[in-house]
Amino acid sequence: MASGIKDKVVILGMGCSRFGERWDASPADLMSEAFEECIADAGIGKDRIEAAWFGAGIDAFNVGPSALPLSVALRLPNIPVTKVENMCATGTEAFRGAVYAVASGACDIALALGVEKLKDVGYGGLPQRTRGVENDMYWPNLSAPGSFAQLASGYRAKHGVDKGDLKRAMAHISVKSHANGAKNPKAHLRREITEEQAMNAPYIAEPIGLFDCCGVSDGSACAIVTTPEIARQLGKSDLVSVKALQLAASNGNEASFGDWDGSYLKTTRIAAQRAYNEAGIKHPRAEISMTEVHDCFSITELVTMEDLQLADEGQAVRDVLNGDFDAGGRIPCQIDGGLKCFGHPIGASGLRMIYENYLQFLGRAGDRQMADPRLALNHNLGGFPHQNICSISIIGRYE
Amino acid sequence: MFGITAYGAYIPRSRLQKSAIADANAWFDASLRGLAKGERSVCNWDEDTITMAVEAGQDCLSVLDPGSVKQLYLASTTLPFLDRQNSVVVSQALNLGSRLRTMDISASQRSSTSALINLLDAEKAGEAALLIASEHRRTKCGSRQEMLWGDGAAALGVGSDGVIAEYLGSASYVTDFVDHYRGEDATLDYDWEERWVRDEGYLKSVPAAVNELLEQTGTQAADINHFVLPSDQARTPAVVAKALGINAEAVVDSHLQDCGVAGTAHALLLLASVLDQANSGELVLLAGFGQGADAILLRVTDALAQRRPGLGFNGALARRRVEQNYNRFLSFNNLVDREIGKRGELDKQSYLPAMHRHKDFLTGFVGGQCRSCGTIQIPRENYCVNPDCGALDSQDDYPMASKPGRVKTWTADRLTFDWNPPAYFGMVEFEGGGRLMMDFTEVEEGAIESGVAVTTHFRIKQFDNQRGFRKYFWKAIPAQQ
Repeated sequence: MASGIKDKVVILGMGCSRFGERWDASPADLMSEAFEECIADAGIGKDRIEAAWFGAGIDAFNVGPSALPLSVALRLPNIPVTKVENMCATGTEAFRGAVYAVASGACDIALALGVEKLKDVGYGGLPQRTRGVENDMYWPNLSAPGSFAQLASGYRAKHGVDKGDLKRAMAHISVKSHANGAKNPKAHLRREITEEQAMNAPYIAEPIGLFDCCGVSDGSACAIVTTPEIARQLGKSDLVSVKALQLAASNGNEASFGDWDGSYLKTTRIAAQRAYNEAGIKHPRAEISMTEVHDCFSITELVTMEDLQLADEGQAVRDVLNGDFDAGGRIPCQIDGGLKCFGHPIGASGLRMIYENYLQFLGRAGDRQMADPRLALNHNLGGFPHQNICSISIIGRYE
Repeated sequence: MFGITAYGAYIPRSRLQKSAIADANAWFDASLRGLAKGERSVCNWDEDTITMAVEAGQDCLSVLDPGSVKQLYLASTTLPFLDRQNSVVVSQALNLGSRLRTMDISASQRSSTSALINLLDAEKAGEAALLIASEHRRTKCGSRQEMLWGDGAAALGVGSDGVIAEYLGSASYVTDFVDHYRGEDATLDYDWEERWVRDEGYLKSVPAAVNELLEQTGTQAADINHFVLPSDQARTPAVVAKALGINAEAVVDSHLQDCGVAGTAHALLLLASVLDQANSGELVLLAGFGQGADAILLRVTDALAQRRPGLGFNGALARRRVEQNYNRFLSFNNLVDREIGKRGELDKQSYLPAMHRHKDFLTGFVGGQCRSCGTIQIPRENYCVNPDCGALDSQDDYPMASKPGRVKTWTADRLTFDWNPPAYFGMVEFEGGGRLMMDFTEVEEGAIESGVAVTTHFRIKQFDNQRGFRKYFWKAIPAQQ
């Protein structure tokens, strides 16, 4: 049995650009904005970085393919740079590469950077793009909200939830994230909204309305990772370490076989259990202090609470409306505004979540600082409910 | 005995109210008000001559053994492809196999009746054939044709097994009488004055063919029970009947006010309307007009009562949805340069080798059934999807086009590009096994919910307007629509 990643790697520094409609910024601008914060925080020179993992989710519309955009933008000293792409799990995937490299002993210090430049495309929402030559011949032309909206129909059918009750819980999720995002100076959307606004906004994909959708943003986030020993040698105390890094990819079972009912995310359940095992977490509800989940749409956050075992099956509507995941609730979710309001530059999102964990653990989260967080769980979901990639990272104090 | 062995019909569900056409156009042609009674059938954006032909063919195959069909003729003047045999696409969507003769017949409003004569006269060959006529004609905005024409398709089985209408004879008369035309580079028809077309066209060509046929078969005009003469001129069939000595009651209603004239398909659609109610022994005279005339004499047999299709003309006509939106009709027929948004601009290239590799799935909706564990899956992959099986190369063909299903999950997507937003799609679970995330079509608001029954239909998946290509695939329609 593998020993897992727990406490083998710590974060030496992190950085995150301001997210939003960055009409002014090129991908290189976003990358250097995040990287300068990160390397200053790490307190090392660029020459100490031995390898880099570079995440960008939608090549055609922003940075272009391969490792070169990162290497050129940051003028990295000809180190190995690996490009990774795993849809919305891309940022976590870049982080996983850097963390595994350090854990293996192949290098002492590694960089993970994710970036996405989405707002040059000319319209709202994610860019319309090919799903591959063969898939395009028969897949519905489904948008992201169109694919995730189906969770609502599946969830209602399975649990007999009233349409209005579900919509109200979805609205509560968005109202909460807007309240949190308003306190985050780097967030894309910084205005509070009311439940009525969320309930009455026009449909994007039934029952997802405008305020059920996350921001589509430009932005970049990065991390420099090393071993606890090297971090200490470099003068760091209050270390933040990686407790678990898990990924689960669909294999066609949900899409083509009979045992998935469309009401939950199968890969999330699998990845979550593996991550809890890797981190040695026995009682998630008691041990997890905060979550950053893939709230691409409010309904995704709602079912994810159950998939992460933070709400009982069929009870997420009740728990959400009860405020369990609000800033002052039992396990705050998206304390930084989440994808919903911090924004969702695809390749950066997984790293942005870890950035928020890191700030919270170090007491640097400003107006939204939580009292004594110990363990944070981050969750990304790339693709569609019926066919996706789920990544989960668990980050905590190195104790 | 040789003759017609089966029939089927298809009329698009959408029925444009003629008052909507008049409301939009009477400002420049007040005479349109006089034609603005009732409604006409119009194709949905994802329907064309091929998809309607498949629907009519399926209806016909509800009483005809697909394995017996050795020839497929497709008659139309609005074939989507000028060079790519349209009848092959139809035959593959109908899963008729690869060992049959296919042919497209075009260029005249009587192409359907001419094709029928050809098949009926091939009696000696003794082979079962399927003739489908389908038409989706575009017209100028505010034209008389826009008011009077419709879209639709009909199918006939021809052969010696299970004859429902015995073939008694035929006659043709040809003359280059040009009542309307559509040249190589034109998309719309150009036509001439109705009165001249009636007097010099119908009233001369049709009797020339019919009288010869009556003489040849020794039939009295007064003995004809049903006289089919497709025409967009409301009174002309009756005028021609009178000239021929055919009883006024025998003239078959042209359905100008609830369907519209579906081009070359109309002769067969009207024949289907006759067969929906005809009795054994009755004589049917089927005429086709266009650069001359065809005439075919048929006698209904006892077998008809047992061989009526699932839908037929009346069923197809009754399944309707009222359309009041004239602009949507123009948009679907590419008669206006509509804003489609940047999302609609994505390149739609079709990669032909990939299409060919998957043609059984894409055109025939054929999935796989695992020989090891029985699991049904669509599309087929190399490994069985059942996690307890996972066998390699273990799947046999499993046609799913006729399998009913139920909606598992769904949405109405207003963000993605669709010619008729919102785009409805979702997961469909098929009776007997198999599931697929697929598009829905013909959905009326409120008609989709988890658990709703659906059937699958061959439709246009996407247009590649840059290259003049279109892709087809199967979509789900709520069973009650």
